[in-house]
Amino acid sequence: MLTIENLIKKFQQPGGGELTVLDVPKFEIASAEQVALIGESGGGKTTLLHLIAGMLSATSGSIRVDNIELTRLSEQGRDRFRAATIGYVFQTFNLLPAFSAVENVKLGMTFGSGRVDSERALDLLDRVGLAERANYRPNQLSVGQQQRVAIARALAGRPKLLLADEPTANVDPASADSVLDLIIDSCRSESIALLMVTHSMDVADRFERIERLEDINRIPALKQS
Amino acid sequence: MNLLFIAWRNFRYRALSSFLTTLSLMLGVGLVVMVMAIYGIISEAFVRNAAVGYNLVVGPRGSALQLTLNSVYYLSQPIENLPYTEYMEFFPAEERAKMVREFGGDPKLGERDGVYAGFVGDGYAIPLALGDYFGEFRVVGTIPDFFEKLRHGPEVDQPFTFREGRALETYNEENQYFECVLGSRVAAQSGMKVGDVMNPTHGDPEGKGHGQGFTVVGILAPTGTPNDRAVFVNLEGFYLLEGHAKPIEDDAVITLPERDPDDTRPPLLMIPEREVTSILVRNGNIMHAPGMQNRINESGRAQAAAPIGEINKLMSVIVGPLLSALLVITLITCVVAAFGVLVAIYNSMNDRRRDIAVMRALGARRGSVTWVILFESLIIAIIGGAAGWLLAHVAIYSAGTFIEQQTGVQVGLFSVSQFEWLLLPFVLVLSLMAGIVPAMAAYRTDVGSNLSA
Ligand SMILES: Nc1ncnc2c1ncn2[C@@H]1O[C@H](COP(=O)(O)OP(=O)(O)OP(=O)(O)O)[C@@H](O)[C@H]1O
Ligand SMILES: [Mg+2]
Repeated sequence: MLTIENLIKKFQQPGGGELTVLDVPKFEIASAEQVALIGESGGGKTTLLHLIAGMLSATSGSIRVDNIELTRLSEQGRDRFRAATIGYVFQTFNLLPAFSAVENVKLGMTFGSGRVDSERALDLLDRVGLAERANYRPNQLSVGQQQRVAIARALAGRPKLLLADEPTANVDPASADSVLDLIIDSCRSESIALLMVTHSMDVADRFERIERLEDINRIPALKQS
Repeated sequence: MNLLFIAWRNFRYRALSSFLTTLSLMLGVGLVVMVMAIYGIISEAFVRNAAVGYNLVVGPRGSALQLTLNSVYYLSQPIENLPYTEYMEFFPAEERAKMVREFGGDPKLGERDGVYAGFVGDGYAIPLALGDYFGEFRVVGTIPDFFEKLRHGPEVDQPFTFREGRALETYNEENQYFECVLGSRVAAQSGMKVGDVMNPTHGDPEGKGHGQGFTVVGILAPTGTPNDRAVFVNLEGFYLLEGHAKPIEDDAVITLPERDPDDTRPPLLMIPEREVTSILVRNGNIMHAPGMQNRINESGRAQAAAPIGEINKLMSVIVGPLLSALLVITLITCVVAAFGVLVAIYNSMNDRRRDIAVMRALGARRGSVTWVILFESLIIAIIGGAAGWLLAHVAIYSAGTFIEQQTGVQVGLFSVSQFEWLLLPFVLVLSLMAGIVPAMAAYRTDVGSNLSA
């Protein structure tokens, strides 16, 4: 599903000069596999997710998702790839505030196939337990509910790989559990591969495979600063 | 969900800011449309009022524009007068002889044709004597032919009609020489009816009365011309008013008028005592007009002006540039409003950066998020433009009765003025230009750095 080889990511530093954040010789995820990624703050976990989603381009190396070599794609190609293959859930502020819950879910379909399936959008909301909140605006939803809408939206485009960046960090423990269950169960039932960044060992323990960034990245977080 | 819908949602989400920028654009567009409409109304009013059935105005030498303003519009400062003999030049010998017999004067006048008589042919020459006022309205001394022969309306084919009463007569037993006809607005404003007596004042609205009134015998139906604002009195009665007779010069040769001894009518002014302010001339054959105009202007005694030409000159030299300046100013208002759109959207770009990044994370291309912003400024342009256009037309339409009273021009709710349709592409291009700056910012928005929470 995902194969990373000799990936190097450098950033231009604000003061000039380059900062190497990632140097990953090899990292793989199988189809429908679920992986928790833990690591120190500033280690480059978010950066790695952005690279896999094609929202950043690698400095060198190879990223293959579903047999597509991302590093060879143009920016438009990566946009198309992302719309078709990747689902993404952020830590916070996932939803567009101008749109209702169901419209946010539909946005997940708009940029992919372009075909909007209203029934499926409502169905997805129903699955995350928010059928009655379909027409609520994000600011009328609790943070946990917003995260559940974001999950519904990430699934809307029928992705092959779901990337989740600390989706439960801002949610109270009870809601966090239900959000987590939702992600894990949905991915399992739809055979979607899952890569989730988390700081919580409790969360990580729910996964069959746990990776520490320090083990796959040759650049230690501390050295960066 | 297409990009336009997304833009519409964004427009509605920032409702206050969207409303205010749309409002300012609406006011800008409304102003432009109103100025354009006023431009159209003014030029139509002037030109329509200059289309009066006669083709030349003859008056004392001086400003042709002032002659036109006085004789056609009854506006501007009163001008000098012409001797009555100048008016007689438009008539053949036999009619001139008849005038001498009737009024008294130099018999030699009746022995030759008037120098312009040949040019007039079967047209007409109608005298006007100005100088008196009724309140703020000009009093126009003239002859019954005025109501017979002049035409008005868009096709210049409508004769005068009377809402009440009839045209004035030169003489009758009841009112003798003192009959008058009121223009429709004079009647409406003064409340006078047929049978009332109108007392003119001499020289200006505050001047003193003459001690002689004119009986109202008719009220004109509205014509949408300056005639609505005038009081028409019988020229012979006008002459008989105190102070209207020109002193007779010492060397004047005069034969007294032939009078039936039984005639009880009061004596009229003699030809040397008579003056006219201007003469409205229609050439029987319009081809003769330029030749006659040259002859009159070369005579050194009078001038002839074509009212339509004078009015077009006035429009193009004074009114046109003035209105153009106004139009430029209002167009600048539009540009300022469009700049407001730019600032409003650009200011909100900070809030939007995250939204844009989220959309990009969902697979939206750079081009798509750019268009969302451009569409938003287009929405503002279309709503603001349409509302402004409508506002202006409703405003003009609701002032329609007033405008028609003042100018005779009828305005419909959707009567579109010249060049108005150009406003639509103008506003669209303007708003696209206003949208480009924030749209470029959207285009450049970096996904990665705007998503790291
Ligand atoms: N656009 C950028 N330009 C320059 N440096 C960047 C950029 N984005 C991230 N970095 C740097 O890369 C490093 C890794 O950042 P990243 O956000 O991936 O860490 P992280 O592991 O997700 O941390 P956290 O657990 O706190 O979210 C940081 O030192 C950060 O300063
Ligand atoms: Mg992070």
